[in-house]
Amino acid sequence: MEIAVNILLTIATAATPLLIAAMGELVVERSGVLNLGVEGMMIMGAVGGFGAGYLTGSPWIGLLVAVAMGAVFSLLFAFMTLTLATNQVATGLSLTLLGLGLSGMMGTSFVGQPGERLPNLDIPGLTSIPVVGKLFFGQDPVFYISIALTIAVAWFLFRTRTGLTLRSIGDSHTSAHALGIPVLRYRYLAVVFGGACAGLAGGQLSLVYTPQWVENMSAGRGWIALALVVFASWRPWRVLGGAYIFGAVWIGQLHAQAFGIPVPSQLLSSLPYLATVVVLVLISRNKRLTMMNTPASLGQPFVPDR
Amino acid sequence: MKRLLIALMTTTAALSVAASAEAADKLKACWVYTGPIGDFGYSYQHDQGRLAVEKALGDKVETAFLENVSEGPDADRAFERLAREGCNMIFGTSFGFMDPELKAAKKFPDVKFEHATGYKSADNMGLYNARFYEGRYVLGQIAAKESKTGVAGYIVSFPIPEVVMGINSFMLGAQSINPDFKAKIVWVNSWFDPGKEADAAKALFDQGADIIVQHTDSTAALQVAEERKLHGFGQSSDMIKFAPNAQLTSLTDEWGPYYVSRVQAALDGTWKPDNVWLGIKDGAVKLAPFTNMPDDVKAMAEATAKKISEGWNPFTGPVAKQDGTEWLKDGEVADDGTLLGMNFYVKGVDDKLPQ
Amino acid sequence: MRIELVKRPQRSVLFSALSPFIAFVLTIVAGAILFALLGVNPLTAFGIYFIEPVSQVWQLHELAIKAAPLILIAVGLSVCYRANIWNIGAEGQFILGGIVGSIVPVMFPTLEGPLVLPLMLLLGMVGGAAYAAIPAFLKTRFNTNEILTSLMLVYVAQLFLDWLVRGPWRDPQGHGFPQTVQFNASAILPELFPSSGRANWGFVFALVAAVLVWILMNRVLKGFEVRVLGSSPRAGRFAGFSLGRMVFFAFMLSGALAGLAGISEVSGAINQLQPVISPGYGFTAIIVAFLGRLNPLGIVAAGLVLALTYLGGEAVQSALGISDKVARVFQGMLLFFVLGCDTLIHYRIRLVGFGASRIEEAR
Repeated sequence: MEIAVNILLTIATAATPLLIAAMGELVVERSGVLNLGVEGMMIMGAVGGFGAGYLTGSPWIGLLVAVAMGAVFSLLFAFMTLTLATNQVATGLSLTLLGLGLSGMMGTSFVGQPGERLPNLDIPGLTSIPVVGKLFFGQDPVFYISIALTIAVAWFLFRTRTGLTLRSIGDSHTSAHALGIPVLRYRYLAVVFGGACAGLAGGQLSLVYTPQWVENMSAGRGWIALALVVFASWRPWRVLGGAYIFGAVWIGQLHAQAFGIPVPSQLLSSLPYLATVVVLVLISRNKRLTMMNTPASLGQPFVPDR
Repeated sequence: MKRLLIALMTTTAALSVAASAEAADKLKACWVYTGPIGDFGYSYQHDQGRLAVEKALGDKVETAFLENVSEGPDADRAFERLAREGCNMIFGTSFGFMDPELKAAKKFPDVKFEHATGYKSADNMGLYNARFYEGRYVLGQIAAKESKTGVAGYIVSFPIPEVVMGINSFMLGAQSINPDFKAKIVWVNSWFDPGKEADAAKALFDQGADIIVQHTDSTAALQVAEERKLHGFGQSSDMIKFAPNAQLTSLTDEWGPYYVSRVQAALDGTWKPDNVWLGIKDGAVKLAPFTNMPDDVKAMAEATAKKISEGWNPFTGPVAKQDGTEWLKDGEVADDGTLLGMNFYVKGVDDKLPQ
Repeated sequence: MRIELVKRPQRSVLFSALSPFIAFVLTIVAGAILFALLGVNPLTAFGIYFIEPVSQVWQLHELAIKAAPLILIAVGLSVCYRANIWNIGAEGQFILGGIVGSIVPVMFPTLEGPLVLPLMLLLGMVGGAAYAAIPAFLKTRFNTNEILTSLMLVYVAQLFLDWLVRGPWRDPQGHGFPQTVQFNASAILPELFPSSGRANWGFVFALVAAVLVWILMNRVLKGFEVRVLGSSPRAGRFAGFSLGRMVFFAFMLSGALAGLAGISEVSGAINQLQPVISPGYGFTAIIVAFLGRLNPLGIVAAGLVLALTYLGGEAVQSALGISDKVARVFQGMLLFFVLGCDTLIHYRIRLVGFGASRIEEAR
């Protein structure tokens, strides 16, 4: 039992940054914008979060700075793609490039310094309950934020008027504009929200997952987050499921190795990626269902005509 | 525009003249690193060596480096650039640079080249490497003493001889204390991915290991050990700051003394290409202070390290291969050639080497 | 104050020509600020960064070596992107090209003769195209998003190469190190001008591919089909063009070119397979494709410019001790400015003050 709980906790830590970044990107894509710069925003969040936590000694301030860092960095993308109507794919890729470079430059003096880890929750009486205690009441704060975020996004998108408006913009920006909805203002807010989430995910990396700063420490997690959004066919709860499935495969292959299963480690390492492809295929096979959920104007620039 | 170009051209020309005039009375020593110097691991330690040269030899030397250099044409270009920019001595710090460095050595016979961890040399290209396996034997002994479950978790990067040698030496050390000692091995297929290393450490702990050994560069695994109140060993640099209660010791690379001596030799005009394999006795392989262990274990570790520094080789027979066949007869010592190309496990390793 | 875009009735010829220069000037200004912040005289830094690499013959060769794979891959990608098909897995196709092309020299190391090299190049293209056909197949058959499948397949390709060179294809005489045998002379792509530098035929392939694809896109019906389907799939269907076939065509063409780049790099520059054969060419090429505005001839220029930023980055690193991260920041900035300035081609920019907008609203 102990081992099962531990494995679940490990999976949760591995899945949380993917979940948060993907949840942000989901909102961005629901508004009809494709931001491929998640990796760049994430790494900026990681360096900002670590730096602030290290300099002030407070991981909480670190977490806030991580969020702010991602949000500010995403403004650059928003200005380019929304105000100047540049190509979203290319702009997103350059955002990643810029983020990886800038974070490396900013983080030079943080290398080799142990950081502050956000403490795990510890509620007297509850955390010590066998099995469920640790799972439900003993994890790090960002885990709870990620669950709350999922609930909030699901509620916002499908239960509020603003969420409905946001989705309608993603489906057709021209008709939304014709109805007098300020398309660009909505998209600006969505992009900045996505940036804040990516920053938070980065902060989780450098303040919880591995409390330290090293270059490229996001190691491709931003891309996985992007994959999860499509994987989930733009539905918040499926993002949660996808993040945990991916985390389970990821951790599972390490356990398989430690267990001594005689399969080349390269094959095991490629399992999470192959699994993503397979699930993508399974999910998108039903053309009508995907079409229904895919924001129709995804990736297309919008310039209001006056 | 044209005028600006000419102005720029003359400035650079003037600068390069100034640079080469300066280089005439100074020795310029240069390094090529495979990773970023911000990795706090392999490349970081080599750069610490470069800084040690600057510190020790002051204005007699000038140094430069290129970091994050990929194998292949980028490496070709890196060596050519440094040779052309007036470096008198170039250190290539990774196995993947062997062939590019050799090409450059043939092309620039007046430049002194040194290559780490490979096996090809030339009249102006020497080889150097460190016997990290010496330290790993000591780690094995400590692990066997300190482990309650009798199982260590071993996080490894890639199956190259250097890594295989390390696993074997660790196991021999551990078995010298506890013949039934086991190690669970996880390949993460990366030198550097903190998240994955942390996950691997958790998986290994969950499966019953209570000590972590790593042949990867980040501090993540040790931080996990700290969190779980278990133990582990650092790698490349002293990681005690990251795990004050978990680190038993750290197997560190100290390239400084070697680099200083080689650059000094070049300054004195006594530099000759050599093929050295430095160990504990040369100060290139260093064990960080033994902490978080009882005094008797500490004394044992110190005694073993001393024995090795006095010339004893951990690969001394009798040693059997994984399948039980004899590798080294009683008292026989492994030759360096076999070690450098090692692609088999010794008895007791619970893993299958990719062939 | 606010920025508003006003669509031009037609694309501005003036700004199509001017925008790269404006972008360049902006990059220089931003770069100067960056260097100044790092405590380096910007004039000195720029001299070393941009002028020195093109003022020495050996560096021109290196420029060609670095630019060749970028151009080859980007030219193929431009066809995809024009057709609105998002192949971002060129890195994987590059690797598979390198692997499949190396079957000959690795498995038959004694095979020699003039046919070896053409066979390798052909196999390289086949390997890249076949690997690119996977996301194309998944997209047409199962409607799977190609951005993600092509990207996931990159990781798989990298691990497959890693397994090959550490396992079955490892050189038995290589002291256990992860690399294949060195290719024999007839499996090595020859150098163009061996007396002055290392540049090999890969660069020529890149130029030829750029010209051929330019002709394809501008002078042949197929190119028209690509553009029509890319800008409006509906109109394309009315014209009788098949989107499914276009997906395969674009993916496999770009895969073949990426594969050719892969085998050229392995054969010409590395001369053996090793665990890593690309420092991310497949991803950088995406930037090159956009920097060249998806025009094959523009891509040649863009590839050279980007290669220059790498060489220049190394030059300032060794001469001034500036971090290699600067090169990446530079590339990011350059691309941002180019993308931003290209807006001027299709739009006029109007600055709207708060007073003005109120008047507009009042109307």
